[in-house]
Amino acid sequence: MTTVSMTVNGEAVSADAQPDTLLSEFIRETLDLTGTHVGCDTSQCGACVVLVNGDSAKSCTMLAVQAEGADITTIEGLATNGELHPMQKAFHENHALQCGFCTPGMMISAIDLVTKNPDASEAEIRHGLEGNICRCTGYHNIVKAVSAAAAEMKG
Amino acid sequence: MSNFQYLSASALDEAAAKLKGAQDGALLAGGMTLLPSIKLGLSDPSDVVDLAGISDLAGISVKGGSVTIGAMTRHADVAGSSDVAKAIPALAALAGGIGDQQVRNRGTIGGSIANNDPAADYPAACLALGATITTDSRSISAEDFFTGLFETALGEGEIIKSVSFPTAEKTAYQKFTSPASRYALVGVFVAVGSDGVRVAVTGCGQGGVYRESGLEAALGGDFSAGALDGQTVSGDNLMSDIHAAADYRAHLIVEMAKRAVAACG
Ligand SMILES: Cc1cc2nc3c(=O)[nH]c(=O)nc-3n(C[C@H](O)[C@H](O)[C@H](O)COP(=O)(O)OP(=O)(O)OC[C@H]3O[C@@H](n4cnc5c(N)ncnc54)[C@H](O)[C@@H]3O)c2cc1C
Ligand code: FES
Ligand code: FES
Repeated sequence: MTTVSMTVNGEAVSADAQPDTLLSEFIRETLDLTGTHVGCDTSQCGACVVLVNGDSAKSCTMLAVQAEGADITTIEGLATNGELHPMQKAFHENHALQCGFCTPGMMISAIDLVTKNPDASEAEIRHGLEGNICRCTGYHNIVKAVSAAAAEMKG
Repeated sequence: MSNFQYLSASALDEAAAKLKGAQDGALLAGGMTLLPSIKLGLSDPSDVVDLAGISDLAGISVKGGSVTIGAMTRHADVAGSSDVAKAIPALAALAGGIGDQQVRNRGTIGGSIANNDPAADYPAACLALGATITTDSRSISAEDFFTGLFETALGEGEIIKSVSFPTAEKTAYQKFTSPASRYALVGVFVAVGSDGVRVAVTGCGQGGVYRESGLEAALGGDFSAGALDGQTVSGDNLMSDIHAAADYRAHLIVEMAKRAVAACG
């Protein structure tokens, strides 16, 4: 057992973890932040994506100890003072989710994408979201939402 | 998941010593192959030695006709490097097509070539460009490095430091991606360099990445997509699996080679 310390959604956290504790387990079970979903647990689906120092990463494919000292953002960290993040607002307005299982990971990947490429084309958005699988929507409205959020985030 | 000890290191010799001291140690780079393998029970190390703390293992330098990439450099950094894009455009493009953005944000070139998955992308670039792999004890040519399926010339406890790619006059990589795994069903890297035309193929060979000498000969005389019209590749030593039969892969190799030559301009 070791103690792992990191910043999660702006708050410093410190907790015990086993060497083999996954970051997804640490987030969901130790920190009780269950908005980060585990769909496949085999690195394929992207439901578990969180931001690690500004880069999107599959938290089921990282050890909690690898995140020592890191700055983590999960879906719970997007809204500020009860106000939805532009990406959340755009998903809502464009009907970019149905069951919602993929949505937390999808939005985190999308935020990584438009932060680094604010003028992303439709093709670039589709390429950037290849690691996120959605079984419901057919992606069309997701791509629309990400474009809308990108425009809004540019201000 | 498993019962390993996690060890960090801030210098190469420290990592090497920790690896040597372990009963059955494994190096951890981006973890994009190692962690899924541990989860599936395909790998069960006693100790995991993380290379992430060794800062001089990451980075890209372009000097006098070669691009040197540190082992811990992430795929996303190679894909996003304007220096790489200028020196060897196909190499940056190849890195940008590995897996998905999240795999590229963590996966590294050192981990990719050490693993030598028969469908991985970087091995094709290494072989086509005649790269040199530098470890903590020696330099190995790509020709000698990739020795078989998931097999390399790396010795017990040997750590890759960097990979140097000579620049080439023309380069292109064309990948026929498996829509499910995003690995190459067929990937062809074409390079025109100081020692002529090289065509390296990944995703197909029963022994992993290899050079397609028939296509190299055809392109040696006439470097054009048209020179590959009517060329065929034997399926005898190619993989057959649920995704594609050997003869289909053989057909795709010629098609991807044509597209790569056309993309060379
Ligand atoms: C969903 C998914 C899709 C993918 N798609 C592709 C794809 O399309 N194309 C492709 O090429 N790859 C693909 N990959 C694999 C990916 O590129 C991995 O990043 C890569 O194979 C391993 O790199 P890593 O840094 O993650 O290494 P790790 O998983 O950390 O390590 C892999 C192996 O290499 C050894 N190793 C690591 N670094 C060194 C070193 N410096 N010296 C010696 N040994 C070392 C480790 O001990 C381990 O045995 C995919 C992976 C996933 C999960
Ligand atoms: S749960 Fe992590 S990729 Fe599916
Ligand atoms: S909304 Fe159901 S999986 Fe995407």
